Amino acid sequence: MEHITTPPWAMLAYLAAGVLFIMALRGLSSPATSRAGNRYGIVGMTIAMVTTLATHGLASLPEIAGAIAVGGGLGFVTARKIKMTDMPQLVAAFHSLVGLAAVLVGLAAYLNPIAFGIAGPDGVIEVQSRIEMGLGIAIGAITFSGSVIAFLKLNGNMSGAPIMLPGRHAINLGTLLAILGLVGYFTQDQAPWVIAVITALSFAIGFLLIIPIGGADMPVVVSMLNSYSGWAAAAMGFTLHNTAMIITGALVGSSGAILSYIMCKAMNRSFISVIAGGFGAAPEAGGGGAAKVQRPWKRGSAEDAAFLMKEAENVIIIPGYGMAVAQAQHVLREMGDLLKKEGVNVKYAIHPVAGRMPGHMNVLLAEANVPYDEVFELEDINGEFAQADVAFIIGANDVVNPAAKTDKSSPIYGMPVFDVDKAKTVMFIKRSMGGVGYAGVDNDVFYMDQTMMLLADAKKMVEDINKALAH
Amino acid sequence: MDFISILSIFVMACFVGYYVVWSVTPALHTPLMAVTNAISSVIVVGALVAGAAEGSVISKWLGLGAVVLASVNIFGGFAVTERMLAMYKKKEKK
Repeated sequence: MEHITTPPWAMLAYLAAGVLFIMALRGLSSPATSRAGNRYGIVGMTIAMVTTLATHGLASLPEIAGAIAVGGGLGFVTARKIKMTDMPQLVAAFHSLVGLAAVLVGLAAYLNPIAFGIAGPDGVIEVQSRIEMGLGIAIGAITFSGSVIAFLKLNGNMSGAPIMLPGRHAINLGTLLAILGLVGYFTQDQAPWVIAVITALSFAIGFLLIIPIGGADMPVVVSMLNSYSGWAAAAMGFTLHNTAMIITGALVGSSGAILSYIMCKAMNRSFISVIAGGFGAAPEAGGGGAAKVQRPWKRGSAEDAAFLMKEAENVIIIPGYGMAVAQAQHVLREMGDLLKKEGVNVKYAIHPVAGRMPGHMNVLLAEANVPYDEVFELEDINGEFAQADVAFIIGANDVVNPAAKTDKSSPIYGMPVFDVDKAKTVMFIKRSMGGVGYAGVDNDVFYMDQTMMLLADAKKMVEDINKALAH
Repeated sequence: MDFISILSIFVMACFVGYYVVWSVTPALHTPLMAVTNAISSVIVVGALVAGAAEGSVISKWLGLGAVVLASVNIFGGFAVTERMLAMYKKKEKK
């Protein structure tokens, strides 16, 4: 009988890899230590892979080297070429690959359990391993199909609007229960049809869970799928009795869960209501405003804006997803530089849900060479608006809407927002007065006495302001 | 290793993950997702075992397929994280 046992040195090596992965995440506590952290991650991964090859794979090294070269090359080139505005799509695509890899590994373990040391010589898989394998395949498949939908929505191949099936809660719940029931049955009968149906149902439920979720909730979805990909890795780690996989799975699983929590809190939405979906169903473009009273608002020009900001002492810039869409981050940084030359104190304020994934705006500003110590989080800067001469809003909307503080009937009520109404002057760059934010609510900031609406494409407007500032 | 030891490692790692992730600065949440993506591809360990094993041709090819997918993630994930982190700069002191 052939029973695989991992030699002690290999077990220590996997443990070391796990510790290095913890240090990789620890490094991200500040930008100064982050790059060293990433290197720890790379070393950890190398140790894990070399250890596995040394204990298992030397016989089929050429095929394996080929597989690594193909995948690695593809990944590396993509990572070099991807635009920073497209990061959410890339991360969603990467999640789907982890999910699919977990499914493939699970199926491979099912087909060749002796090689994985989880079955006796008769090929009967241990009961505990069957549960782990079933759950691992299920979570992997959900991660895969869910991430594919998230990718298509983020990439614009599929409408960001929620797609609502009638009776979807009943369908989803039924499917989930069926999967769990089949995993239970799998412990009694290791027939191929059981694992095939578990896989198929899990692919279906991942798809069904994500289609009703709208574009504005994508930061939560991406974080949630991040979490799932971790749990899938952990489940496979249990199957393989591998500490590196278990530690990593737990790290990634908690990381995604915490990010989902932060995102939900920043929108004052419960996790359940995000999962239930349907938010952002209201049409984005106005038109429903016919019954509303037309309120007066003031339009400003680039020259007015430039003049006011030149005279200002403190300017706080609030970027949102619209800035990313208009690719205005580079001209915005130029504007910041021009203002600093005039002696203006410039700061950037970022809401946790600005952009399509956690921290997306920070990366875009960093790409445009905005120093990270000029960029502040909501709670760190919100007290400073009372001293600000200008609040400059570019491509953001819901995150500055005071209705979140005052109007209990508003869909965004309770969401923490920037207190821009306290600033002496508010400049609001917007394409037109028609459109409203993702939540589909009107914004009182448009109509305040101190607000100057700058109606134009964000990039064009900032370019014009820069021209006026340079004079 | 018996199940209880594995479970202990898992539970402890969840707590470590909880505290480590809360200490990540929000400015680096996007690189955090990219790097967690890369490290969750440690699932490649399972893929390598399957790809190297004799006994089932289908299992071997499934394993090799998983090696390709996980490698995309490993190389892509670490490279894109490195690229992002290189962009974060402090204000130049004049």
